[in-house]
Amino acid sequence: MSRPPKPPVFLQRANYRQRRVRDAARLIPFVGVVLWALPMSWAQSGDEGHVGSGGLIYIFAVWVVLIVLAAFLASRIRADTPQDAADDPKA
Amino acid sequence: MMSFNALIFAALAYVTLLFAVAFWADRRAAVGRAEFLQSPWIYTLSISIYCTAWTFYGAVGYAARSGLEFVTIYLGPTLVMVGWWWILRRLVRIGRAQRITSIADLVSSRFGKSTQLGMIVTVISVIAGTPYIALQLQSVTLSFAVFAQVEGVIWEAADFNATAIWVAIGLAVFTILFGTRNVDANERHNGIVMAIAVEAVVKLLALVAVGVFVVWGIAGGVGQMLTRIDASEIVLWDQSGSRWISLIFLSGAAFLCLPRMFQVLVVENTDERHLHIASWAFPLYLLLMSLFVVPIAVVGLDLLPSGSNPDLFVLTVPLHEGKGGLAVLSFLGGLSSATSMVIVATIALATMVSNHIVVPIWLSLQANQQAVISGDVRFVTLLARRLSITAILALGFVYYRMSGGGTALAAIGLISFTGAVQILPAMLGGIFWRAATGRGAAAGLLTGLAVWMWTLFLPSFGVDAFISQAVMDNGVLGAAWLRPQALFGMAGLDPLVHGIMWSMILNTAMFVFVSLLTFPAPLERLQGAQFVNVFDHSTAAPAWTSAAAGAEDLLIMSQRIIGSTQAQAFFEQEAVSQGKLGFLPEVTPAFIERLERELAGSVGAATAHAMIGQLIGGSSVSVEDLIAVADEAAQILEYSNRLEAKSAEQERTARALRDANAKLTALSIQKDAFLSQISHELRTPMTSIRSFSEILREGDMPQDNLNRYAGIIHDEAIRLTRLLDDLLDLAVLENGQVELHEQTGQLSDLLDRAVGAAGLHDGVLQVVRDRISEDITLSTDLDRLAQVFINLIANARKYCNAADPTLTIRVAQLGGHVHVDFIDNGTGIAPENQALIFEKFSRVADEGKAGGAGLGLAICREIMVRLGGEVIYLPLEKGAAFRVVLPPEKS
Repeated sequence: MSRPPKPPVFLQRANYRQRRVRDAARLIPFVGVVLWALPMSWAQSGDEGHVGSGGLIYIFAVWVVLIVLAAFLASRIRADTPQDAADDPKA
Repeated sequence: MMSFNALIFAALAYVTLLFAVAFWADRRAAVGRAEFLQSPWIYTLSISIYCTAWTFYGAVGYAARSGLEFVTIYLGPTLVMVGWWWILRRLVRIGRAQRITSIADLVSSRFGKSTQLGMIVTVISVIAGTPYIALQLQSVTLSFAVFAQVEGVIWEAADFNATAIWVAIGLAVFTILFGTRNVDANERHNGIVMAIAVEAVVKLLALVAVGVFVVWGIAGGVGQMLTRIDASEIVLWDQSGSRWISLIFLSGAAFLCLPRMFQVLVVENTDERHLHIASWAFPLYLLLMSLFVVPIAVVGLDLLPSGSNPDLFVLTVPLHEGKGGLAVLSFLGGLSSATSMVIVATIALATMVSNHIVVPIWLSLQANQQAVISGDVRFVTLLARRLSITAILALGFVYYRMSGGGTALAAIGLISFTGAVQILPAMLGGIFWRAATGRGAAAGLLTGLAVWMWTLFLPSFGVDAFISQAVMDNGVLGAAWLRPQALFGMAGLDPLVHGIMWSMILNTAMFVFVSLLTFPAPLERLQGAQFVNVFDHSTAAPAWTSAAAGAEDLLIMSQRIIGSTQAQAFFEQEAVSQGKLGFLPEVTPAFIERLERELAGSVGAATAHAMIGQLIGGSSVSVEDLIAVADEAAQILEYSNRLEAKSAEQERTARALRDANAKLTALSIQKDAFLSQISHELRTPMTSIRSFSEILREGDMPQDNLNRYAGIIHDEAIRLTRLLDDLLDLAVLENGQVELHEQTGQLSDLLDRAVGAAGLHDGVLQVVRDRISEDITLSTDLDRLAQVFINLIANARKYCNAADPTLTIRVAQLGGHVHVDFIDNGTGIAPENQALIFEKFSRVADEGKAGGAGLGLAICREIMVRLGGEVIYLPLEKGAAFRVVLPPEKS
């Protein structure tokens, strides 16, 4: 047995990219929460029932953006390898 | 218009098709050609059981009543899926590593393979799941009734019940047939997954087809549809936002906690990489499922007479427009939604009930554990699962009958979600927080269950069914803060938001609080570390420390659970991997752990652990073992520290070696210089001796010259002799062949002798002495010691370069040692030469002044070493200073 190697401080370009892709993958749900929480402010603005098809379109537009982002990142993200896991700060 | 009988025929044909698909998929998997079945797309489609009949039909009704709020049910799962890197990836990895069979198994396994926790989670799941199954039965019967109505038959209650019971029976048969073929719950149900995938496609196609028909066929395009939405009576947004955000949270959490979702997401997952595709493909599926909900609702409200049930618009709008085929497709979509959900939900619940309730109880009732026939546990497990499936469907049917199938049932969907979500704190705490304890999880789960029952579930049966109006208004026993819809006086909130909020807050608070207070059992700590650090690829401590059981006993037990063929295959494979011939492997802790995992895949972690524990004699992991593991780590750390120290030591040695090497190099140079010097020294007297002796041989010279020449020859011969004497002396001393003659005498006498013999009669060097301190009696080889003194004094005479040379001889007694210091008033020896002066052949002074061959100090040192003392150079004095340390007096 040996002491687990310390994670490297600086990474090669490819590994650096991969880390940032994972960061982005972690961020998507928060983007979604923020964008989908915005409708909560609608009720205050104007009279009830003011929100029409525009609101509907907004929610679906956010949805499409999230799906496109997730698909893009899923295509870039690598499956786990042991070295990744060792220096994965969160996971 | 198609007849009702034709519809029945279509439904039966569809169901037959599903049976065929499931059968075909199972067959294909059995012959090992299941690659196609294990694609990420099939995985994504199987997740779509999230979209049940409640969402297929109910979403339109929901939109008609509450506007955009319906979409929250899809937004939560979307967020969970796009955020798969946080939770789902971890759950899937743990599920595979620990062979998790259900969400109850996950919680039980994480918290020390606890049977009780498995039971609690199972009970919560069954209570929360049953109404949902009833809801599916209701949708299917309602959709049948719609078609009956078209033919002019208005269904009575008996018709509804008869349909519901037939649907339930059909589902039970299908589920038992394809869901309990194998006892290994961790293994994929290929037939069922394939059938679900087909149903997922059908329900999506059906809803999209109705949507396309509504938008382009009725409304006349997207633009006109949007105008129509704006003009319609539907209020898209009429709330404060607390319901909006609560429901997004609720649906996202339920997506993780519902037993059926856990089943398809984690248990049936064959490859972690499927999540990559599913992370965006499933949100896309949800988007398509909800895209046409508002248009259908708007058009339905416009077209159909007021008072029509908006929950059935998906069926009634095509029927109203005379599109019978589309209506049938829509009906099949609804049927698919209902059946796929019920099938997976019953499998998941049945696995939990059999593994966490029936089998543990059955095992505890078995008096004699050993003497039971092979495969009996397997038989009991399968039987329990089949009976559980029947019982759960029966329970759903009973619930459907009791609730009367009205609108009360429709409202139960979200309440059912809230019940399932009570597992969330224990689950997330279990996979992210190592300090979470089993007691904390139990406290949180029970608290959440109680609050949910009180605030949401019991009131959902209607006023006075379980909770009277008086209690609703005033609380129980006059405690107003216990009002079911205004806990702690928090009135005015939406009852659902109120229930979600309080149950989650109190559940989480109890879980965290009790976890902080209690101390986890060793097995809990072990499992906690494995769950939380599942990505670290670290080797954990083995859960079994001793292996008292024989391999045969273990094999017999395994045969009871997974059947003889599979058990023997597993043992043989293990034996091969250990490099052993035969069928029985060595019973190592690692083997027991793998065996336990294998068994856990069938009967759950808790039962597998308990059964192995009976054989091993309960010698599971202890606190000491955990500490030993920690010790091991500490030892490794210490070892590495030692290595570091050793390397520092080697560094020091290397430095010393470098110094020595430099010294050697310097000496070698000196030696070369000396050799040329000594040849010169030897050659000079030899030359004079040879030339003068030649002159003498010629004869015929005056007596004076004769005497002078003979004197020169004599002197030169003496010089040669002295030089050779020195060399010989040193050689003898160095080889240790010298003989010491011990004598006793006064130090002052010895110094007198030395000063007298050192040739100071020319009066150049003054000697300063302190005779009182010299009154010391010595007992050593005085002749040799005198030789050292003479040498040092002679050196001072030869090398002291002061104008008025003075030698101070100082005697001191220090700790049993007598120091005799010889200090002159010259410039001393340069620091770089101090290390060399005691070496043989070393000559640091000018060639010109040097009289000797550089052997004197080397001889001194050798003598002192032989005598047991030493001679050193004192670097801090003004001139050249030598200290002779006399050997301690022998007692």
